[in-house]
Amino acid sequence: MATTDIHVHTGVHHDDHGHEHEHHEGNFWTKYIFSEDHKVIAKQYLITGIFWALIGGLLSLLFRLQLGFPDANLEWLRPLLGGWITAQGKIDPEFYLALVTMHGTIMVFFVLTAGLSGTFANFLIPLQIGARDMASGFMNMLSYWIFFIASVLMFISLFIETGPAAGGWTVYPPLSALPQAISGSGLGMTLWLVSMALFIASQLLGGINYITTVINMRTHGMSFTRMPLTVWAMFFTAIVGLLSFPVLFSAALLLIFDRSFGTSFFLSDIYIAGEALANVGGSAVLFQHLFWFLGHPEVYIVLLPALGITSEIIATNSRKPIFGYKAMIGSMLFIAILSFVVWAHHMFVSGMNPFLGSIFMLLTLIIAVPSAVKIFNYVTTLWQGNIRFTPGMLFSIGMVSFFLSGGITGIFVGNSAIDIQLHDTYFVVAHFHLVMGSASFFGMLAGIYHWFPKMFGRMMDARLGYIHFWISFVGVYMVFFPMHYIGIAGFPRRYYSWTNFDTFSGFFDLNMLVSIAAIVTFAAQFIFLFNFFYSMFRGVKAPANPWNSNTLEWTTPRNPGHGNWPGAIPSVYRWPYDYSKPGAKDDFIPQTVPFSETPESNLPHENELVRLETSGNQGAVVVEKKD
Amino acid sequence: MTNLIIGLGVVLILVILFLLYRISSLVSLTKKRGTLPDDGRVDSSNSTNAALFLIVTIAGLAGFFWYSFTYFEDYTLPVASVHGKWTDTIFWITMGVTVVAFTVISFIMGMFAYRYQHRRERKAKFYPDNHYLELAWTIIPAVVLAILIFTGLRAWNDITSPASEEAEVIEVIGQQFAWTARYPGNKDNTLGKYNYKLIDPVNEFGLDLTDKNSFDDFKSLELHVPKGKEVLLKIRAKDVLHSLYIPHFRVKMDAVPGMPTQFKFTATKTTQEMRDELRNQNFNYELACAEVCGAAHFSMKMIVVVEEPEEYEAWKQKQEAWLKQNPDYLKKVPAELQEVALIKAGLQPDPGLAVAAGK
Repeated sequence: MATTDIHVHTGVHHDDHGHEHEHHEGNFWTKYIFSEDHKVIAKQYLITGIFWALIGGLLSLLFRLQLGFPDANLEWLRPLLGGWITAQGKIDPEFYLALVTMHGTIMVFFVLTAGLSGTFANFLIPLQIGARDMASGFMNMLSYWIFFIASVLMFISLFIETGPAAGGWTVYPPLSALPQAISGSGLGMTLWLVSMALFIASQLLGGINYITTVINMRTHGMSFTRMPLTVWAMFFTAIVGLLSFPVLFSAALLLIFDRSFGTSFFLSDIYIAGEALANVGGSAVLFQHLFWFLGHPEVYIVLLPALGITSEIIATNSRKPIFGYKAMIGSMLFIAILSFVVWAHHMFVSGMNPFLGSIFMLLTLIIAVPSAVKIFNYVTTLWQGNIRFTPGMLFSIGMVSFFLSGGITGIFVGNSAIDIQLHDTYFVVAHFHLVMGSASFFGMLAGIYHWFPKMFGRMMDARLGYIHFWISFVGVYMVFFPMHYIGIAGFPRRYYSWTNFDTFSGFFDLNMLVSIAAIVTFAAQFIFLFNFFYSMFRGVKAPANPWNSNTLEWTTPRNPGHGNWPGAIPSVYRWPYDYSKPGAKDDFIPQTVPFSETPESNLPHENELVRLETSGNQGAVVVEKKD
Repeated sequence: MTNLIIGLGVVLILVILFLLYRISSLVSLTKKRGTLPDDGRVDSSNSTNAALFLIVTIAGLAGFFWYSFTYFEDYTLPVASVHGKWTDTIFWITMGVTVVAFTVISFIMGMFAYRYQHRRERKAKFYPDNHYLELAWTIIPAVVLAILIFTGLRAWNDITSPASEEAEVIEVIGQQFAWTARYPGNKDNTLGKYNYKLIDPVNEFGLDLTDKNSFDDFKSLELHVPKGKEVLLKIRAKDVLHSLYIPHFRVKMDAVPGMPTQFKFTATKTTQEMRDELRNQNFNYELACAEVCGAAHFSMKMIVVVEEPEEYEAWKQKQEAWLKQNPDYLKKVPAELQEVALIKAGLQPDPGLAVAAGK
């Protein structure tokens, strides 16, 4: 192990101070604000993510009010929205687009990228691979605070007079480049671009750290094939992000040039507001290629962590090893690779060469294979398990359900022939809200319920968790399932109202149902919020290993300090999924238990490994002799 | 005042809820009801959750099938184009395959959740992998997908193949927030050149009047197309992205400033036939915008009229050339083309026709 002496070194350091930890934890500012402790940074990401999720959810309720109750008088929202409520008591159509745009931006980037990866990659990677902290604590801190500045800018953009960006979360130029076209493309769009540029910088700083940490800082015995699937998922996520975010950065930069410095990267042949613009030779489709080169991997940046988290939770609470550990890794790897070569399936009818369309359709539908493998493996993990329905487990199963129902509609929209009709209709809205929105969101909630005891040393209330789950689970389906019908009927998305078209004049009932379900589901999240903050201070104190789990984080003290383990870092002797092993006393064997201590449950090849184990926690590397 | 009372009521309800929560959690603590499954013990809520999974799954699937069959007519759009029939067929084949998979897997998941809920006396089966199973559920989806891909590719290639020489060419232009159509005219049947720099409030096409093909082009605010004849739409946008979307024809293609796009289709039912079929004499085919383009994106509508070929030709003959409607623009026509322009625009009788008539 190349990492051995690093651990010896840090181990010794912490041995000296382990029993009296407080004196080098610093003051309030260095402990809670500008902390370099990965656990604190994870919590900062989590709290910021929750804040953004509330804002993003609230925005969606506003436009759902418009869609579900088109005749309602929304005068009562004037104290909140001011001039964005028209004299007739309606939401301004341009502000409607701003709501849709900001809802998408916030949810995709600030909640499900930063809030999800930022929280769980930071929290779990060092704890589960047995490291004191991230490879660079300082860079990690920088990552959060750059994200914080990005957040502040994006938040400010909600309140400016011309409104926030309103050209859709995909910010396609020319609409996003021309303030003449929509007022949100003025200052709002500038703030959007600057905020996103900072956001990308923050994600890259974080991603480099995650990758380095996973590669270099695993504890003794933690080979790649003994890593929990959560760590694998975060590892792939970070790599995908590192390779794709810079492309969005370049797109944003070129758009800034087009907007502010008169270049023509994306603009050509435009006549607007009584004036023919000078821009010639740019390509609006080029932006779409650049955007989706990130945009599609982004879907997996959002989804993979949720897949990792739920794999871990479902195995733990089924009291069974995850079925097909290597197949799970393989399919994640395959998904991660394929995610780079499918981006143009968002552009079948963008006017790009139809031959490209055929290639991208082929590659896109291939992704369904590893996704299907994952679903089958989840289901087989439940089979003959001994399932404990903790709130984390409920949300994990919910996540698999959304992944299934949302993933399956991907087979429709990934098929270019079918996509001609479904593109930019509510069918697509239903598809991605289930498969990446709700599935990732449930993965995140599952992770919070599951690792809350490790984060705050206390338990969340399980019954409130059950109520939260059942309302949210049924609610999410009530919101997004009807949208399939609305989409098959051809209703286009980002429509303020459908009454101008006879073709789209039906479904008042379904749209109302969707809006009511959205309000109820949103309200149910306050049960979670109460549970979260109340339990943080008043919850039942958590035992060391509340879920009888195998992974390393549960070997730390109830409230681990900076450095995670007061003594030496534990060594790892086995994979993390030895649940219900035949012959074993308990139904779980932590990774830190050597095979030499469990002769009763060892499999034949594991008995072979016994003689490679050393008694000490550190050091010796034994070279296996085959003779 | 009412607001205050409502506010107080909400606060009161929240306080009551909180107290109830507090009391029940204290009670459960004294009863040692398990919030912690430490020694593998779980409380009664486990079986409730397990049962709920099965119930919700079955109820959800039942609701799905009930709605899908009962309201089939409401959420399916009639199709009125040749390729639309193909894509609809592929859509419903895909639907068949995926609904079976979805139903079976959902049901199995609900079953497993219920069947394998925690029992103290039971131990889970240690079953870390099985290569045959893994192989089976890699290969089966791969084969099914290959079939779907193949059918999809064939349709896609046909739909996007070049239009035939005889196709009726019509240009559709998107702008904030309207669609306009330009027809190639009754004399030369060729669209004249355009240049976006020539656009002004009257010359909204940016028609290039140095090109003689532009003289007889005419404008229409309705899109008229003949039934049973291939139509090639040449699509462009003046300001921002738009997307030409005719739901009943299964036609959708972005309109991109600076990059003309196209889409070909053949309508199979006239507007009147569709009206009779739907028993709705007010029915019209509609063309919508499917790419967000600004505040009034949702109102960018154009009526599409499908007629029998004879009716269509008759309609075309009645249309006046754009140049005839805007004779001021004759001064932009080069001197040597003035006469051609006058004739083609229908401002002067065609001497050729007179000769032909004289014979």
